Amino acid sequence: MSDTLSETDVARGESSWTPTDGRLLDVEDLQVEFRTRDGVAKAINGVSLHLDEGETLAVLGESGSGKSVTAQAIMGILDTPPGFVTGGSVRYCGTELLTMTEKQRREIRGPEISMIFQDALSSLNPVFPVGWQIAEMLRVHRGANRSDAREAAIRLMERVNIPGARQRVNAFPHQFSGGMRQRIMIAMAIALDPAVLIADEPTTALDVTVQAQIMALLAELQEERRMGLILITHDLGVVADVADRIAVMYAGKLVETADVHSIYAAPAHPYTQGLLASIPRLDQKGQELAAIGGLPPNLTRIPPGCPFNPRCRYAQDVCRHDPPPALREVRPGRRAACHFAEDVLADSAREFDHPHHLHGDGGEERR
Amino acid sequence: MGSYVLRRLLQMIPVIIGATFLIFAMVFGIGDPAAGRCGERACPEAFLVQFRQEYNLDEPLVVQYGLYMAKLLSGDFGESFSGLSVAEELLNRWPTTIRLAVIAVCFEALVGIAAGILAALRKGRFLDYLVTLSSLLIISIPVFVVGSLSQLVFGIRLGIFPVTATEGGWFDLLLPGLVLGSFSVAYIARLMRSTMIENLRSDYVRTARAKGLGPGRTVGVHTLRNSMIPAITYIGYDLGALMGGAVVTERIFNINGIGGFLFYGINTKDGTIVVGTVTCLVLVYLLANLLVDVLYGVLDPRISHD
Amino acid sequence: MTDPSGVAVSEFGTPPAGEEREGQERQQARSLWSDAWRELRRNPLFWISVVLIVVLLTMAVAPQLFTSTDPRFGDLAVARQPPSAEHLFGTTSQGYDVYARVIHGARASILVGVLTSIGTVVVGGLIGLVSGFYGGWLDALLSRVGEIFFAIPLLLAGILTFYLFPPDLEDPLILQVLTVVGVLVLFGWPSLARLMRGAVLQVKPNDYVNAARALGASAPRLIFQHILPNAVAPMIVVATLNLGTYIAVEATLAFLGIGLRSPAISWGIDISLASSIGLVRAAPHMLIFPSIFLTVTILAFIMLGDAIRDAIDPKLK
Repeated sequence: MSDTLSETDVARGESSWTPTDGRLLDVEDLQVEFRTRDGVAKAINGVSLHLDEGETLAVLGESGSGKSVTAQAIMGILDTPPGFVTGGSVRYCGTELLTMTEKQRREIRGPEISMIFQDALSSLNPVFPVGWQIAEMLRVHRGANRSDAREAAIRLMERVNIPGARQRVNAFPHQFSGGMRQRIMIAMAIALDPAVLIADEPTTALDVTVQAQIMALLAELQEERRMGLILITHDLGVVADVADRIAVMYAGKLVETADVHSIYAAPAHPYTQGLLASIPRLDQKGQELAAIGGLPPNLTRIPPGCPFNPRCRYAQDVCRHDPPPALREVRPGRRAACHFAEDVLADSAREFDHPHHLHGDGGEERR
Repeated sequence: MGSYVLRRLLQMIPVIIGATFLIFAMVFGIGDPAAGRCGERACPEAFLVQFRQEYNLDEPLVVQYGLYMAKLLSGDFGESFSGLSVAEELLNRWPTTIRLAVIAVCFEALVGIAAGILAALRKGRFLDYLVTLSSLLIISIPVFVVGSLSQLVFGIRLGIFPVTATEGGWFDLLLPGLVLGSFSVAYIARLMRSTMIENLRSDYVRTARAKGLGPGRTVGVHTLRNSMIPAITYIGYDLGALMGGAVVTERIFNINGIGGFLFYGINTKDGTIVVGTVTCLVLVYLLANLLVDVLYGVLDPRISHD
Repeated sequence: MTDPSGVAVSEFGTPPAGEEREGQERQQARSLWSDAWRELRRNPLFWISVVLIVVLLTMAVAPQLFTSTDPRFGDLAVARQPPSAEHLFGTTSQGYDVYARVIHGARASILVGVLTSIGTVVVGGLIGLVSGFYGGWLDALLSRVGEIFFAIPLLLAGILTFYLFPPDLEDPLILQVLTVVGVLVLFGWPSLARLMRGAVLQVKPNDYVNAARALGASAPRLIFQHILPNAVAPMIVVATLNLGTYIAVEATLAFLGIGLRSPAISWGIDISLASSIGLVRAAPHMLIFPSIFLTVTILAFIMLGDAIRDAIDPKLK
């Protein structure tokens, strides 16, 4: 284990990238659209994020809210076509990534920013041994020879707690359990000791007990390497323990950002409020779980005004006609994109003790 | 891996027995086995007696089958009406048909796979449409039409290739080989294109890009290896099927191979030739299938490492 | 699959799983078809193939609409003539009118193709259904039998059968066609049986099927409500694509001088007659026109099958 550390420390030292003031990533006003035959889907409409060293940022949202697309745009692995980054900037250690050549970006992917995906079985190549796939990182980026790369792969597999790593280095992905496969993905992602790790729904496909183990491993690795971690999830339960900050996305926009504790105490955006109301809680037996009525909007036809207005119980005329305000500070360290954020906050604080008030279906209570 | 091969082998045995029994039962159980043993005329009584004895026709069908298979396996395929030893004829004619099949398979593999890859990489552009439409057209032309027309155009009108290939030399067999492979070349191009496109969108190719691999490695190593599996297995099956399909090509170009022999048997109404050749071709086909299954296990670890 | 304890945002707004599932399933099936139809309407290849198939079907049903010439009337005085105003596609070495023969030849090919496709779907579908639904030894037996029939290539099977049991030339066309269809179905059903069996096995383990079973739903109800809707789409695609293959195999058998035989009129027979080397030199039109019609017919059905497949499974678009 200490071998791994010393080796990767050296690797980190080779990196020509150093963050200023600990700021690793700066995403500003990112715009992504998908040009399909059914029209142009505006998947991301001006997302701004930042990530510091050793920090965990959770990006939360329903499927289709644009959280995975944001991650892929940061990585530069959007499928183009149909996906196009149409505006904004992504800076890594102060350097703009979006204007780089593909070749320059490849040198960042893996050594600096790396990513793990939801479904490790389909994300690993079925016809190559897992050790080979991990070693490939070192062979391609570091020019390591076959046996050194293999040894490094075994050490990495040991580091992510795969039992019998040396014996299983030549096994194929389908021969591992789901949790072990995700560990292999993680080993591959940290092989070059990146500064940023993006985890796109890393535990969604796993059993609850395994979920906890994987999250613990990620937290441990992050601590050990002072990585910035972006954790993309739709599962509020996963977020609470590990995240420092939370960004909530809806219809390709950030609707609220805050640190973990204040968001749980009192959400400032009606959407976040709805999300929290739908968590099962041990202290409220026998009550029906609240669900947010309606569906997220079709991204090719985002309704005028605030995209959440058809599902929102606070919606007024202004929400149906005018775009929502930009993220604005509603409390120190808390930003929300809602005209009525103060009302929501006040309600949230009050209703924290009487959550059943939240159960009204927004779709019906409108007007 | 070893247990996988053994398992496939064991699974193949009942199929081989079943298929040969099916052919045997059709000929000796339902049909009149002596039909067509004497060409166009009815058989003389003395011949029939000898025939019944030779094929043990007084025994139950299953016993007949066992004795017949024992004979086949010892290399005795019987004699044609004109006194040719069918086994010997088949043996003499194999090289020609194999040469023909080799030309066809090389053509399929090289042109079909390359066209499919190019089309997939240029999806939605001119080259893709060219490959897609031309393969659609070629797949729709039956081999005997391709054969007759290319004989007319390249053999008779343009005189580039010999009109017939009775001698069976490599160059003589070139045009017939291309004709024989025409259907499969188009089929493989389509197959390769669609698996390539599907795999290019797969999660593991996305992973490869996230690993910072260049397009050469992403496509050449991570996509190609997986995409070749269906095409290679198809080519393997086809090697077996081509031997049977050669009957049409060999008839058109007058080639003295197995197919030509089968056609001769059909034409002269010689049952020994038809039954012996068909059985032999089915066995070759099944053997090729077995080899493909083994190859498949080698290429795709998900199949064999359970 | 999904985590039972944590809350998945994507499940917001969906009703609790249970009796609603069945309704959803049907709704999904319906939207699959309407999506497929919308996709299909946009595909020019679909419309080209539909027009071609309609024309060919008309030709098969009512050849008189296209020609009044008797395809069996041979006038040796005008044998082997190249195309002219009087004989649009020329004449054969027997003095038949090639155009008339090509028009009348559609019937045999279309009948063989369509009937064989229907036959394989019915036979293969039933066997696959029984196999997948009841499982156990019956499944094992039927699957092995299928493998055996599948092991003999269609062309070789045709050659052997028609060699042993040649169709009687005195029989009317439909009887001859039915023998060809019978043989092709006999050796062609396994691929469709596999497809159906796969579809059954895919649906069977679902909770709502078990629930329906527990509630005493009868086998036919399960089959019609749940299993068939799932199997229909791939069966249609494969049957349409196979249709072209069956037409090609029939023509190939006729070309080899077995299967359908003169005086039956079929493109395969005519191509066979035209392709002796002497005639290819002297009267290439005898070869070319039936070849074009045969190819276009197969092309039409393959295009239709392709278009339907792309519409149902738009992954490759």
